[in-house]
This record gives sequence, C-alpha cells and structure tokens, in this order.
Amino acid sequence: MSAVRFEPVIGLEVHVQLATRTKIFCPCATSYGATPNTHVCPVCLGHPGVLPVLNREAVALALKWGVAVGATVPDRSIFARKNYFYPDLPKGYQLSQYDRPITVGGSVPFRVDGAPHRTRLVRAHLEEDAGKSFHPESGREAATLIDLNRAGVPLLEVVTEPELHSAAQAEALLGRIHQLVMYLEICDGNLEEGSFRCDANISVRPAGTEVLLPKTEIKNLNSFRNVYRALEFEIVRQSRVLEAGDKLVQATRLWDAGTGRTRVMREKEEAHDYRYFPDPDLRALEIPARWIDEVRTTLPELPWDREERLSRTYAIGFEDAQTLAGTRALADYFEAAALEAGDGKAASSWVLTEILRLYKLSEDGWRGVRVPAAGLGKMVGMIRDGTISGKIGKSVFAEMAETGKDPEAIVEARGYRPISDPEQLRGIVTDVLNDHAGPVRDYLSGKEAALQFLMGQVMRRTEGRATPHLAREAVLLAIEARRGENAE
Amino acid sequence: MPISERTIEHLARLANLDLDPDERERLAKDLGAILEYVERLADTEEGTALEIPSMTQLREDTPTPPLPSGVAVSVAPERHNELFKVPPVLGSERPKPA
Amino acid sequence: MSLLALSAPILADRVKKGEIRAAHVVEESLARIEAENPRLGAVLHVAAESARSAARAVDAAIGRGDEPGPLAGVPILLKDNISTIGMPTTAGSRILDGYLPLYDATVVEKLRGAGAILIGKTNLDEFAMGSSTENSAFGITRNPWDMTRVPGGSSGGSAAAVASAMTPVALGSDTGGSVRQPASFCGVYGLLPTYGRVSRYGLIAFASSLDQIGPLARDLGGIRAVFDAIAGHDPRDATSSPDSGMARRDGALRVGIAEGLLSRSGVETGVAARLNETAARLERGGARLVPVTLPDPDKAVATYYLIATAEASSNLARYDGVRYGLRVPGETVESMMRRTRSAGFGREVKRRILLGTFVLSSGYYDAYYVRAQKSRALLRRAFLQLFETVDVVLLPTSPTAAFAVGDRTEDPLAMYLADVFTVYANLAGLPALSVPAGRDAAGLPVGAQLMAPPFGEELLFAAAKHLEGTAA
Repeated sequence: MSAVRFEPVIGLEVHVQLATRTKIFCPCATSYGATPNTHVCPVCLGHPGVLPVLNREAVALALKWGVAVGATVPDRSIFARKNYFYPDLPKGYQLSQYDRPITVGGSVPFRVDGAPHRTRLVRAHLEEDAGKSFHPESGREAATLIDLNRAGVPLLEVVTEPELHSAAQAEALLGRIHQLVMYLEICDGNLEEGSFRCDANISVRPAGTEVLLPKTEIKNLNSFRNVYRALEFEIVRQSRVLEAGDKLVQATRLWDAGTGRTRVMREKEEAHDYRYFPDPDLRALEIPARWIDEVRTTLPELPWDREERLSRTYAIGFEDAQTLAGTRALADYFEAAALEAGDGKAASSWVLTEILRLYKLSEDGWRGVRVPAAGLGKMVGMIRDGTISGKIGKSVFAEMAETGKDPEAIVEARGYRPISDPEQLRGIVTDVLNDHAGPVRDYLSGKEAALQFLMGQVMRRTEGRATPHLAREAVLLAIEARRGENAE
Repeated sequence: MPISERTIEHLARLANLDLDPDERERLAKDLGAILEYVERLADTEEGTALEIPSMTQLREDTPTPPLPSGVAVSVAPERHNELFKVPPVLGSERPKPA
Repeated sequence: MSLLALSAPILADRVKKGEIRAAHVVEESLARIEAENPRLGAVLHVAAESARSAARAVDAAIGRGDEPGPLAGVPILLKDNISTIGMPTTAGSRILDGYLPLYDATVVEKLRGAGAILIGKTNLDEFAMGSSTENSAFGITRNPWDMTRVPGGSSGGSAAAVASAMTPVALGSDTGGSVRQPASFCGVYGLLPTYGRVSRYGLIAFASSLDQIGPLARDLGGIRAVFDAIAGHDPRDATSSPDSGMARRDGALRVGIAEGLLSRSGVETGVAARLNETAARLERGGARLVPVTLPDPDKAVATYYLIATAEASSNLARYDGVRYGLRVPGETVESMMRRTRSAGFGREVKRRILLGTFVLSSGYYDAYYVRAQKSRALLRRAFLQLFETVDVVLLPTSPTAAFAVGDRTEDPLAMYLADVFTVYANLAGLPALSVPAGRDAAGLPVGAQLMAPPFGEELLFAAAKHLEGTAA
C-alpha cells in the first residue's frame, strides 16, 4: 500500500563523544560517573572572565575520523558560537563549528543483508557537550536539577547526506559508524553512558520523484533497534499524511519506545535564531598537512577492509567474516587462532560458537575469556592432525576455558594422549571382537553398519582416545582375520 | 534605519530580557539613531575576504584534579545537594540535542 | 612627601632596600582611600586585611633576604571586572552583586608574584560599557580635578584613584578607550597594550576581540613597571601572543600628526591647543613630524560599535541566574532568567545587548557584522601601511576634556562619540598610550595619545619619555 507509493529519504546525525581524557576546552576529566559538579572548573562552569583553550587530542581524534572516511580536511578550521539559553548551557552559547568544520564530505561503506551500500557524509564538526538536566518532580515542588560534569565533553557531530531509503539501511549504517569509531578508538561506543547518540531526519516522497519534502527530526533514539522502529513508524505516519492529501511540516519529534510512537515536541512558535558567528576567543585552528599525515599512520585496518581480507585469506563465508571483523579484539583473536591452527575455517567455527559464547557470558569483556587465542589455535591444529578427536577437543576446550592452560599440557596431564600404538589397539580390538561375536558375524555376512557399532565400542573402551582411523584399520584387520578363521 | 517596537520585542526575546513599554519605546528610538549612524559603513568595499586570525594555543590532554564536592554549587543562588537547582523548564526538551 | 606620590618602581626599590616598609605604604593607601573615597566614589571594595597580610609577607621576605619581586610593596587597585579570589567582583553590575570568584585572573597572579599589594577593586561603567563611569550600579565616580565632572570611563574608578594618589598605579581595561580616555580626563598616564600582550584570562569579557587590560599611573615609570609585570604569553588565553616587543629603530623618531582630526567638529580648542604643543615639544626634542591622514573616524566608531555590541551580546548570555550572581525567582527557568537579567542589567547594558543581538541576527548578520569585520580588516591594513612611514602617531585621546556629570546620559550617540579617537587602536590591535598634555582653560586635564605599530610599546615609551622630560 503506502510502502509501494512512497519512498523514505533518511539522513543521520550522530554525536560521537571523543575518547579524550579531558574536556574539549578545559582540563577537567571526562570520566563517567563522578559526583555531580566535581569534574568542573571556572571555564566549563562559564564563570565571568574565563576563556576556552582547545584540546589537541580532540582534534587528533577528529582528524582520524576524517582520514578514515576519506573526507576533506581544510587547512584552517573555524570555531563558532551557537547562541541560545538553556540552564545546562553555562555560557548561554555552545562552542561549535559552522563555516569550515573540521571535515567535509567523505563516505562510509556498509552492508544490508550482504548487499553493499555507501552513504556520503556532509561533514563532521567539533563541539562541546552541554550538562545534564534532571526534572525530578512535578507540581509545587517541581524543579530542574543540573549536573555540569558533562558540560564541555568533546563531541564530533557527524552528518550524513539524506541518501538512505529504508529503516534497515539506516540501522545498518548506524551500526557501521558505531563499529568504525570503535575500530579507530576515538569513542568507547557506550550507548548507555551516552557516548554515542543518534538523531534521524526523515521525509517521505512519492516513489520515483526527486523532490525533498519537509523533514521530521526524530530524537531520543538510544539504541539501534529504536532507530529502526522509529523510522518504520515515521514512514507509515508520513505516508498516511501524504495519502490523505495533507502536507508534511518540518518538525522535531520524540521517539517513545514504550508506546512505539513518535510525538511532537512542544516547540516555541519561532524557529531558533542561533546567531552563529566565529568565536573571538578561539578563532581558527591551523591544520598543517604534516598533522594529517601523522594521523594517517595511526589508522588501523578499517572494518570494511578487514572483513574483505578475512573472507579472502581464510576462505570463510562473507557473513562469518563480517561477524569476526565486528570488533578489532574479536578479529585479532580469530586471526591469532587461525594462524596457530593453520586452518582458518576450523578456527572460525570454534570462535563463532564457543568463544563468542564465552565472551557474551563474561562480566569482564575479553579479560573474562580465559582461552588464549594461540591455545585455541593449537587445539584446533591438534584435532586437525588427528592428535586428538573432536570429542576430546571439547573436553580440552572446557578445561582451557576454566584455567587458560596450554592444550598440550592439558592433554598430557589428563592422559588424553591418543591411543595409536598398534599393539595396544590390537589388544583392545581383540577384546571388543571377542565380546561382540554377533556383530562380527553380522559384518562378515555383509552388514556394514555392524562396523560402526564395533568402532563405537572400541572408542568407548578407550574413552574416545583411540585414534579413529588407526582404530578402524585395526578393527578391519582383526575382522578380516576372523573371516579367514570362520571359513576354515 | 528606524527600528520598530516589534523588532525590539523580538530581540528582547532572543536576549532573554523583559522590557516595559517605556523601555521598548526608548530603546527603539536609541537603536534607530545608532543604526542610522552606522549606515555609514554601507560603502565598504565588498571584495575584502574575512581574515580570521589563528588561535595561539592548544592544550595537552592532561586532567586536573576534580573540584571538591560542593564547591562549584557553593556560589549558586540555589542548590540541591551537589546539584544546581533552578525552576522547572517550560519547554519539554532542549532546543538542540544534548 | 607622601609615599604614594612616589613612582611605583622607585617605591618598590625603597621597599626592597628596607628603607620603607610595605606595611606602612599599605596603611597610607588605606588611609587615603578612607579620606578621599566618600567624595570620589572610586573604590568599590577595600581588601584591608588581605592587603595588610600581603604587606607583612613582603616585609618578611625582604627581612629573610628573599627576592620579593619587582613591584614589592607597591599598592595597586584593580578595576572591578578583573577576577580576584575571595574579593567581590561585580563588573559594576547588580547581576554580580555579592559574587566571589573561585579563581584569580592571570594578571592578578602575576601581580601577586611580583610582590604588589592588592588594595581593592575600583568602580567602572557596568560591564565596561560606557565613557563616564555613570553606568555603574553602585554609584558614580567623580573627577578629582572637578567634582562636578566625570572621570571618564569605563575605568573611571582606577583613573580617579590614581589621580588622587590612593595608589601609585591601578589596572583598568580598554575596549574602545576605557583606560586612555579616563586617564586623559584625570591627568594621568594610561596604556592600551598590543592586543594579545596581556592575558585576558580573568577579565570579565565585554568584547573579546577588543578588550585588553592596561595600567594607569601618575608617571611613565609606573606604567612600564606594571606593564612588564603583567605582559606575557598565557597558555590559558588562546588569543595571547607569544611575541615580545619589537626593537626600537635607530634614528630620529618619526611622529605622524593627524592634522585633519584636530579641525573636526566637536574637538575643543583646549584639546587642539595642547595637542599642537605636544607635537612642538616632540619636534624640539629631535622628532620629525610627518602629516598623516587617518581612516575615517566615524566609520571607525560605527565599526567598533557593531563588533563590540555583537560580541558583548553573546558574552553576557552567561548571566542567567543559574550558577552564580543575582537570581530573581520565577515559576519557570525561562521566566527566572528573563527577570534576573532584566533586573540585573542597567539601561546601557540592555541597549548594547539588544543592538548586538540585532547585528548578529538572521537577515542582518552579513549586512552589519560581516561588513564591520571587513571594514576593521581594512582599517588595520591602513594603519600597518601608515607605520611603514612613521614610528608613532600623535592625536588627541578624546575630543573634549571631562564633561559634566549627567551631560550625556540621555544621548547615547554623544557618549559613544567620546571614543572617536580611541577606537582605532582597539580595532587595529595596536598599542596606544595617553599622556598628560597639560590643562585646558578651565583647568581640566587634557591627554595626548600616541599610537604605535603592533608590539611597539617601546616606541610609545620613548616618545613619552621625551615628553615627560619637557614638562607641559
């Protein structure tokens, strides 16, 4: 119905809290969770007479972003004041950027259900965060309480072109941006603590047209899932508006996860006039080419390149490669294991199932995963060359997960050494054949399945330690010998 | 250029100032006179590019010790424990995302 | 002879040698303030106890043989828009009545480090906006030379204090002439340093790209001593310049005379006469006078008011009753802020905030603010070109001597025009010095102004030194 007639046009605005130790314009610490109004100083409190001084590291992290997405970095970037009043905005203006932001353009490649996409960026700019307001009660005791610990924390605001055409695309792009900032180590990506925040702009238009209708800005999107749900809701809502012959109006709406709807924010009648002008205390930042070159050398392999390479190098499916490249830590783990194992495919299987399971259960991130990557790799190698069976492998893994010990040491200590001595095997096989005369006769009269049974018995009697192909050889040899006997 | 009282009202709203009718009238006149004087700039050559000087200083990313609890709010007109306290906000959300 | 009549460096020297005790100097200063301030209204706050304690510390250091600093024992007053820990800092405004800063301005740290004794804070036009010190929320300041007249502004309190020898030196701030013009009205020296040579960290901002802190003194030695103590790069101020002064060129001083300005309407005969005499004295001393044409002064004033009010409208947005200062209650935070600001700001401040808001507002930004910045850039370029042919420029500090209290309060434009000769230096970021140039027929002081290229303070001092020797 409406999905066929109307096409969504979506752009994202992402606020990335840069992972610096101090605020953007003063040396207060940025760490989360401190007693209110202690990570503050006269500068970020907006006291009379104070001045901002720019944090070099915030710039470096922003430049890292710019280089990674192939953006243009100007040789001079200008800081501007965005003037408005709000109780958690100490100076009555926000230091931000207007003309000549720190990066312009660039693009981000991502995938939706395996299909490749690329969205261009408008720009990214540096700005300071505001404080936090709480509105604890209503009625007569109503008040707003303010904590300025967060005021002045450095943000990079990334704006994409309105080139997304589905909620799924938006969710995927957002996930890719989140992944990228963590790969670059410019942001800790913590959504609960507010380090990574997203607003979406969406309008719909008749399918096949190029017009850009008034957009709705959706705020309060605190998870990727909510971005998807809110956009889906808006697509339907706006389509209905157009279907009814009404016009779309530019508005800001809040997403309410509880009711699954967006609602209009109470706006002042006039649009805000922020009266942007270049900040006379900071003015312009010079960005020599040398700095950009330095930053370029600190870049890690980017997620999309890593996905590609993992898939190619280790001959694993692309979807698995995507999962393994999800974070640098996971990808590093996988590659270390694969290297040691000499078998990427086998290693990937263990990492994707067992290791990821351990990681999810861990309360301490990767520190809680006690299986060392090289250890896993070694174990996979041991299974591969037949030193241990897959079944033994599981026991070894369980012990590694508990103790972090070397797999060879575990095999030694537990006596998991495989039984491959022909003498030993012959003895066990003889016992088994003697105990199960029936199945022997069955096999000799042509029932192949009986062999499996006998093999199973040998494995049971050796607690899985018999080297499978040698055990099979021994059984076959012994049975054939008896064929001769029976014939007599 | 003459300034209307309506413009003064708009400016007062932007600047978060309450003006009584007397003040509004007087200010409209004052601003009008000043702006008339300022019209002299009208013939400045347009060609000049705006040169913005560079900042002379950047900062290293080294944290300073936190302020002891309660100090920042000790100079505030109203506080609630360690938080600044103000009357409730009328609009439902801040103008731009925090 | 009163200790306070001594030049600051001479005083410091005698204190360091043990000939005078800092404690005595401070007592004299406090006594003088007590005697003179009730009629002059120059000082808003006297920090008697901390001053006495600081003086004792200086004397003790000297007793131990420690180095007490180049301004040891020199009492100094600070304009009340300079942040001082534990001392009320009001900016002459109700909105900061009772505000006690949590930090010291960089210049205050430097003065303390130099051994100077901070006596207290002086009156000013509210938020430094004014030319007469009639805009303070805490009363007017009067001119010691004639109590019916203004001391000039906005650093009128500091000028009157120095002129009446409450202290040998004081700090003021200058955005469009606010150190030089009151210095001229009160017959003392006042220096505007090159923009960026003195840290603005801790100066309550009026117009960030124009503000500078500057010294006032009864003699050139005092100006130099305080300037040396407070100048220098500050890592807390990103407009602070790492450059130090430029060296003096050899040879005769080339002095540019802007003859056209003297015949401008509004320039009093007394002012013109004293200016011409000053030029003659310089020439007698070996300087070469060169006629120059300065950029259109009316355009300069217009440019100044557009930029200054725009920046001020934004700088004063932080006074919202939330974190410090005055709060007038309201049902909502919006109404609290409006009521606080409306009650807390005086008329002139409101006027400038509204004008500045207009200049920055959507639809007018390009026509007013951007155009003003372009005009400013042209003006600076014109001066830099001028300074290729002259070392300093000589012109009046103000078109008139001190006017009467109440004379211009109803006519803002007339008040703004008092700045017509001083705004050049702020707009172009140049250093400028007002030197006492004698008196007019009514016996009121008249100042002559010297302007120099960026970082050319030494040129100003050289010219002024010569004039000091050849008394008016």
